[in-house]
Amino acid sequence: MSTPIQHKPTRALSVLSLAAATLALVGLSATSQAVAADKVVNVYSYRQAFLVEPLVKAYEQKTGVTVKVVSASKGLLQRLQSEGMNSPADVVLTADINQMAEFTADNLLQPIKSDVITSNIPSQYRDPNGLWTGLTMRARAIYAHKTRVKPGEVTTYEDLAKPHMKGRVCTRSGKHPYNVSLLASVIAAKGEKEAETWLRGVKENLARRPQGNDRAQVKAVMEGECDVALGNSYYFGMMITNDEKPEQKEWANAVNIIFPNQNDRGTHVNVSAAAITKSSKHYDEAVKFLEFLSSDDAQGIYAASNFEYPLKAGVPLDPLVASWGTFKADDRNLSEIVSAHTTATKMMDTVGFDH
Amino acid sequence: MPHSVASPGPQSASSRFKLPRIDVWAFGTLAVAIAVAMPILWVIGLALTPSGDMWSHLVETVLGRLVFNTVLLMVGVGVGTFVIGTGTAWIVTMCRFPGRRIFEWALLIPMAVPAYVIAYVYTDLLEYSGPIQGMIRDAFGFQTRHDYVFPEIRSLGGAITMMTLVLYPYVYLLARAAFLEQSVCVLEASRTLGKGPWTSFFKVALPLARPSIAVGVSLVMMETLNDFGTVDFFAVATFTAGIFDVWLNMNSPSGAAQLASMLLMFVIVLVGLERYGRRKQKFHHTSTHVRALPGFRLSAPVATLAFMACAIPVTLGFAVPAWVLGSYAMDFYQDTLDADFWTFTGHSLLLSGLAAIMAIVLGVFLAYSLRLGQASWVRGVTRLAALGYAVPGAVLAIGILMYLGWLDNTIDGWTRRTFDVSTGLIFSGTVLAVTFGYVVRFLSLSFGSAEAGLGKITANMDGAARTLGAGPMATLRRVHLPMMQGSIMTAALLVFVDCMKELPMTVILRPFDFETLATFVHQYASDELLPEASLAALTIVGAGIIPVILLSLTIARSRTGQAAQVAEPTLLDLEEAAP
Repeated sequence: MSTPIQHKPTRALSVLSLAAATLALVGLSATSQAVAADKVVNVYSYRQAFLVEPLVKAYEQKTGVTVKVVSASKGLLQRLQSEGMNSPADVVLTADINQMAEFTADNLLQPIKSDVITSNIPSQYRDPNGLWTGLTMRARAIYAHKTRVKPGEVTTYEDLAKPHMKGRVCTRSGKHPYNVSLLASVIAAKGEKEAETWLRGVKENLARRPQGNDRAQVKAVMEGECDVALGNSYYFGMMITNDEKPEQKEWANAVNIIFPNQNDRGTHVNVSAAAITKSSKHYDEAVKFLEFLSSDDAQGIYAASNFEYPLKAGVPLDPLVASWGTFKADDRNLSEIVSAHTTATKMMDTVGFDH
Repeated sequence: MPHSVASPGPQSASSRFKLPRIDVWAFGTLAVAIAVAMPILWVIGLALTPSGDMWSHLVETVLGRLVFNTVLLMVGVGVGTFVIGTGTAWIVTMCRFPGRRIFEWALLIPMAVPAYVIAYVYTDLLEYSGPIQGMIRDAFGFQTRHDYVFPEIRSLGGAITMMTLVLYPYVYLLARAAFLEQSVCVLEASRTLGKGPWTSFFKVALPLARPSIAVGVSLVMMETLNDFGTVDFFAVATFTAGIFDVWLNMNSPSGAAQLASMLLMFVIVLVGLERYGRRKQKFHHTSTHVRALPGFRLSAPVATLAFMACAIPVTLGFAVPAWVLGSYAMDFYQDTLDADFWTFTGHSLLLSGLAAIMAIVLGVFLAYSLRLGQASWVRGVTRLAALGYAVPGAVLAIGILMYLGWLDNTIDGWTRRTFDVSTGLIFSGTVLAVTFGYVVRFLSLSFGSAEAGLGKITANMDGAARTLGAGPMATLRRVHLPMMQGSIMTAALLVFVDCMKELPMTVILRPFDFETLATFVHQYASDELLPEASLAALTIVGAGIIPVILLSLTIARSRTGQAAQVAEPTLLDLEEAAP
């Protein structure tokens, strides 16, 4: 009897240990997969890679979570549509509220459930249904040449369409989200008809066909190609602190930054925004990442590295940004601008702004 | 280009040996053709879905401009490349002047420069804030742009000039091949009858070469339609730019597909024109008799003019951009290296290499399948597979993104229902998607080359191999492949370089954390940062020079116009693509 007993455990043991090893392996790979799966956030970003990178690094260092970012200036929405529920993307970052509105309209987002975010970001910068949240604010400013533009010559967006600005205005493509949003804000404020008249007036006053980016417009002002240009506020900070390309400091030094419409509706502002995709496989991690982006730390990084205005109350402005002074922002609800978006896009074609 | 229609041997052999089971070759041909045609069919299908009021908006606002600009761009580039390409080809073929031997191949080199790269370079040089206008202002004391007149580089005229400068070699290549091929006797007869060199050119040589030149010009026009980088940068509203705008800015895939379908009609007209040219070409093979061309000895003043005529396109199309990029790269190469240059280069090499291999494998498969003598419907289907080259990348990109997305989600849905397993995204957003796009677009290149290569192998070879017991596959492997190595290598290289340069599809289909040299250069240059990307731009140009050298060698060795076959087999095969 003893003999078989002695044999049996050995065999049983080897079978058992094999099974255990297999289980352990499966378990290990499962846990490692689970860990890997839980500790990753995949981001589709319309914001340029170098703007997002400092935030991602800070978050990764703080939490050990891997944030994978894929940046593109166009096509992320179409990509997400085509990938459907299998999309790897968890988070979407946009540089403009209208971009976010398209994700909402296409039903690609799910609500962000987070008390942290609701307490950090004021409600006028969040979607009423919680589908997106703003992160930072930027103003659509006017850059005017220091000497060729007299004080008071340009104080409003409307001035850009007036006869005395004939042949003096530069801007990037009318189809760029920043200009579409500005037009949408004019439509929201003044109605379609007046907005179209304004747009035609601006087109009439252009010094050259719309081209290049916001930064290139300031360069054109310095070179004397035009006297005023439309541009987002943070470009001023990025140029004037550019040690790598000191010529950009010259561009910025040639112009004054003007925050238009201070005596009426205020300067058009837009937000960079974030949302969680419906297909997100890492919802909890995505929420945590967005909470971080709304925190003092991240808002401070935004303020310092990109010269934007933090949305969280109490986060100090970058000293340079603060030096431009305070300004009155157009506090119209962003949803009104969003609802004029399609009209604005088509109006650019109707007027033939770029041509 | 002779197609492999002259292969009655294997055809009859295969019908004798045909087995009553599903033929791998026929089935495979059908499968490849369907896979390749799918994106195009998808676009047409998408165009038939309603786009709300988008179409009426487009018709009311931008469509007229898109048509006008596109036609003007094509005509402008067509005329420009015709004049430069034919003129220089005639000069270097028929005239004797110092430098001719160098120009024979140097005139091809601008082909290595992608149109968007030359557009970036000349914008940097010629825009208001660029050095040239700056010098003019300094020299004459002008203060503003209103004080003097200088053409705007970012314009339709600018786009025509840029594309002409890099696309004329297509016409040059084919025109030169045609001139070389022409019987000297005809020209001598013309001269003997008292006609001067100019009359001989216009009355005799040009009409004889007309079919080849037509092929060259229609190739150029297709390249023009396909361009995205230049028109995007210059904000010239062409069809391709319009498709991107409607699709990506206005988020209307069906609107974009409707524009794309209109563009397809343009292409069909072009293919028709080209086919017409080709049809005529068959009648003008005069003689295979080769004799050194006599050449007109030019007097010193005329020789100087001839020299200038050849030097200017090469200088503007290659030397200036290379010099500008080179001098930028000297100062800014570190920025490119810091921006992960080697990774982008790796990505470009990987994608282009994969695409070249796949295109060659499939191209040889299709060509050989044709040689085996398939039923006429298979022949038709094969021609369909070669249509991709004629379809602009922007159009293909829409079709591929939508088609692969659908395919992925369908496969995933099926495995979920059947096995409760999710396959996720297999194709979309992967290297496979971009490679697929490249293969769809460039398959005709490898297919054409393989077919031309096979066409030169006598059918008796097949017969001998098959009689000795080798099957079709063994015959291909042991007889044909070794014999057609040269044309396969050339084709692989052409596909490879075209993929290195490709922009519109790569922008859309690449995995997102995946830059290639082309997308990197495009992104930086559109952000006014050309110097920082100059090393990458130079790399693309450098890669493009390799096949140009090969082409020059081939053309130099040939006197009967064979080079044209190796160079651009693509469109020539589209001839029979149209049903």
